[in-house]
Amino acid sequence: MPTWVQLVYLGCAVCFILALKGLSGPRTARLGNLVGAGAAVVAVSVPFIYLDLDHVPLMLAAIALGSVVGLIGAQRVQMTQMPQMVALFNGVGGGAAALVALLELQHMGAATPAFDLVATAFTVVVGSVSFSGSAITFAKLQELMTSRPVLFPGLPVAFGGALLAAVALSVLVVLDASLALGVLLGLVGLGLGVLLVLPVGGADVPIVISLLNAFTGLSVAAGGYVLGNVVLLVAGTLVGAAGTFLTLLMAGAMGRSVANILFGALRGGSTLGAGEASDRPVRSAGPADIAILLAYAERVIVVPGYGLAVAQAQHTLRELVEVLLARGTKVDYAIHPVAGRMPGHMNVLLAEAQVPYEQLAEMDDINGDFKQTDVVLVVGANDVVNPAARTTPSAPIYGMPILDVDQARQVVFLKRSMRPGFAGIENELLFDPRTTLLFGDAKDTLGKLLAALKAV
Amino acid sequence: MSEGVVWLTIFVLSVFVGIEVISKVSSTLHTPLMSGANAIHGIILLGAVIVTGTAESTLAIVVGLVAIVLAAINMVGGFVVTDRMLQMFGRRKPRPRDAERTEP
Repeated sequence: MPTWVQLVYLGCAVCFILALKGLSGPRTARLGNLVGAGAAVVAVSVPFIYLDLDHVPLMLAAIALGSVVGLIGAQRVQMTQMPQMVALFNGVGGGAAALVALLELQHMGAATPAFDLVATAFTVVVGSVSFSGSAITFAKLQELMTSRPVLFPGLPVAFGGALLAAVALSVLVVLDASLALGVLLGLVGLGLGVLLVLPVGGADVPIVISLLNAFTGLSVAAGGYVLGNVVLLVAGTLVGAAGTFLTLLMAGAMGRSVANILFGALRGGSTLGAGEASDRPVRSAGPADIAILLAYAERVIVVPGYGLAVAQAQHTLRELVEVLLARGTKVDYAIHPVAGRMPGHMNVLLAEAQVPYEQLAEMDDINGDFKQTDVVLVVGANDVVNPAARTTPSAPIYGMPILDVDQARQVVFLKRSMRPGFAGIENELLFDPRTTLLFGDAKDTLGKLLAALKAV
Repeated sequence: MSEGVVWLTIFVLSVFVGIEVISKVSSTLHTPLMSGANAIHGIILLGAVIVTGTAESTLAIVVGLVAIVLAAINMVGGFVVTDRMLQMFGRRKPRPRDAERTEP
């Protein structure tokens, strides 16, 4: 490899670090991302210049095809569907890494250093796990299949068996590299990915996406080692480290360990939850009553949830808050770190509705305020305000830090029905005497609430 | 220093850089972070181009082209979708109402 190529690759690696560093603030984030994208284009162009590659027209056509598909997908996806999209992009990346390693394996033999073979086998199996695992998370989030944990009696045995088979086949690949063994290893990896993700349910799926993202990163890094390419090694390792760190952070925000998230359902089935509507009595009211409640409150906190985003009601909510602010009410949005379907997802959704930053308060900053709050308006959120996280050790969300909505003077829930939230558990707060429910589609009810508030 | 150790050094240092950089990201930007990191591992496209460009059998070429398509989807889609998200954080046009706002 000529020196200039190595230097260009080094520059690209630095640009990827800058791309991630840019995300430390919203102001530099977009520029950082563009720097990363630019580096990727440069890095991919380099082999076309310094290597005498065959099949160039075919490859260019393949790049064009992939780019168009990626571009259309990225342009069309709605912000609420972002987790699925990330899962899908991650999965195809993992699949590509596994295929690249398989092609490398073709040229390997007895003369290949053992560590290269280990890295190749690693890329094949981890890339395959990432591919099939991501496909299952996509299906769960897109509701192509149930989002609840899928369990069958032999599952732990099947998973253990697949894991052992993957290790055994990897050893065989290292001892005697052959394409057939590699393909078999890839197939076992695919099965392993499916078995890994099936028992994960509901609110835990995004954490698995982050974990699989880290897996793909590591398989790309291993691929970089095999190809002797420093950009792949650095970029893959960065993503691997970032994904692992983010996974731990998210698990922490939910008060759970990663092992519990992945294998909790296998042990107890406690993450299954109820999933059914309760027929206990609740207090409900119409938009006019709620509007009066809001109009005469001095302090209001809004807790937005995924239900808000699904109903596309974020714009109406912003208008409602603006009316309250104009009346002199102190209003903030309280954002739980895992509100929505991914950490930080709610911030993206509210940013889409042009809610100003200053009004967004993070959980730790606002939790002390609920005691002095007259009305909390919970729109389409359930699990992140469920006191069961503090009081019920058997609940799947037990231990998760929540917004202390139960300490406010009045709580208003905007809900479509009494069906439990994403985690599938009932919320005791709904039956509290201080709680009022306003049933209906969030966009529809917020619209009526807005009209009623303007009339007060 | 042997070549293996050089690679190991780069790997270990990259792990630390990764953790150091990510720990500074505010939780507001965690979704774009996940998507941005996702786009970066799409650089496997580079590997796919190198192995396909040196492939000999028809099967290897086909497999390589599939890898290129997948990697390109990952890379291009990842960067574009991240940009779309970050664009929304960027646009902060002051609206007329902002001026009237009074903090009690």
